[in-house]
Order: sequence, then structure tokens, then C-alpha cells
Amino acid sequence: MADCRETIRDLETFLDGELTPEMHEAINGHLAECLDCLGAVEFHHGLREIIREKCRNDEIPADFVARLESCLNEDFDGDGQIG
Amino acid sequence: MPFAPQLFSAALRLTRNRTDAEDLVQEALLRAYRGYGGFEEGTNLRAWLYRILTNTFINSYRARQRRPQETEMADTDDLYLYRRVNTVDQAALSAEDTLFTLFTDDEVKQALEDLPENFRLPVLLADVEGFSYQEIADMLEIPIGTVMSRLHRGRKRMQQALADFAADRGLLARDVPVPSSATESTDG
Repeated sequence: MADCRETIRDLETFLDGELTPEMHEAINGHLAECLDCLGAVEFHHGLREIIREKCRNDEIPADFVARLESCLNEDFDGDGQIG
Repeated sequence: MPFAPQLFSAALRLTRNRTDAEDLVQEALLRAYRGYGGFEEGTNLRAWLYRILTNTFINSYRARQRRPQETEMADTDDLYLYRRVNTVDQAALSAEDTLFTLFTDDEVKQALEDLPENFRLPVLLADVEGFSYQEIADMLEIPIGTVMSRLHRGRKRMQQALADFAADRGLLARDVPVPSSATESTDG
């Protein structure tokens, strides 16, 4: 099982899902017993979620979609016409 | 083109303005349609499109948007933002509620867009688009270790920017002495 130091050191890689299965499990084991580290992991997980949500919610302008359709000759928005 | 809205958001984060973002997406899609880079059946279409988008950005847009080299940020605690947010009275708020209250959409976008490009690309590709270290290494043609260190530094810088935004709005105290944690101050 991992300790606090290892858990905080590997926190990012853990959240990225890029640890070896053994290390991932070792940290999961620690988190089941350590509320301090669990709090830190949950915070950073939540932070990832809001970054993901808030950084990809831009509305694509309709006139731009129309321009793309004309340019690539495809009906992207499925309205039955190009542009 | 189911990916066009996602590509447009990503292009906005990279170019930081609508006109350039539209041009970037259009150019990337034109290259994709012309078979630039050779998409192979059975491989990840989305990763291939983002590779074209980032390459197009790096080759066509970076030169005219170049900013002076930024100075190295002071090394901060890995849990910097977490510790600062924990100084706020957040009884009855979940971690996610707290974060949503603390940071507006525009602030989070701004914090990402203000990152120097070396950091912004990996953070965008990992934290917003969800690509793996290997996919990002392939897209940016840098070693995985470099992806990891840029992600680490970019994320820290972004957290600092977010803390500053929240402090500007009076939601976080300024210059809170960051308590050193028992897990990090003692050698173990």
C-alpha cells in the first residue's frame, strides 16, 4: 500500500490513469484509509472536471459551420444543404 | 463532421481569438480531407484530427503569436490551490460545488489561454481533450517524460492563476501563508 508521500507525489499520474495497475491499486488502497489524501484527490479530480467542462463549451458559430460546409462540400449540420 | 465543435473550442484556446480559431479549424479540416498525414483505418480518428490541428497551429500560427519567453515560475507546493481553497469556509459544500462557485467559465478559459504555449498544448490535450501521455507525445513529437513535466508545470501555473482570480474577486484571501504539510515537510 502507498503512503501519503507517494500518494501526493503520484496524484497527477494517478488521475491521468497512467500508473501501472500495481501502483494504481496501491494508491487506491491508501485512499480507502486516509481521508486527508482522499480529500486532495477528490479536489483535483473535481478541478479536472470543471476545467474540462468550462474549456470546451464554446458555441461553434452557425455562419462558420456554413462556411466549412461550402469549403469542404459536406452537409455537416444535416440540414439537407451545403452552406 | 462530429468533431468540428470540439476542434473549434480547442482552436479558441490555442489562438485565443475567434477569427484565427475559425481559420485554424478550416485549415486543419482541409488538410484532413486531403489526406494529409495519411489516416489509417482502424486508428483513432479523433487523435488523428487533433494531431493535424496542433501541427497546423504550431506551423502556421505560432510564429505570429510568439510572446517573449516567460520567466520560470517559482516552485510552489504541489497542493497549492487545494490548500488555499481549504482556507475558505466550505461547510456543506462538496469539492465540486466549491470549485464551480470559485471559478467562472471565463476565468478557467483565461487561466488555460494564459499558459505559455509549451504548457498550454499538453494541458489542453490531456485535461480538456482527455488524450493519453503517449497520444500527446506522438502529436507534439516530444518524449513522454517531457509531456509529463510540462503537464505538471502547466497545471501548477494554471492553479496559481485560478487562485489569483478567486483572490481578485475576494473569494480567497490574498497572500495566505501556505501551511507546509506534514506529508511533505518531513522526509519520509
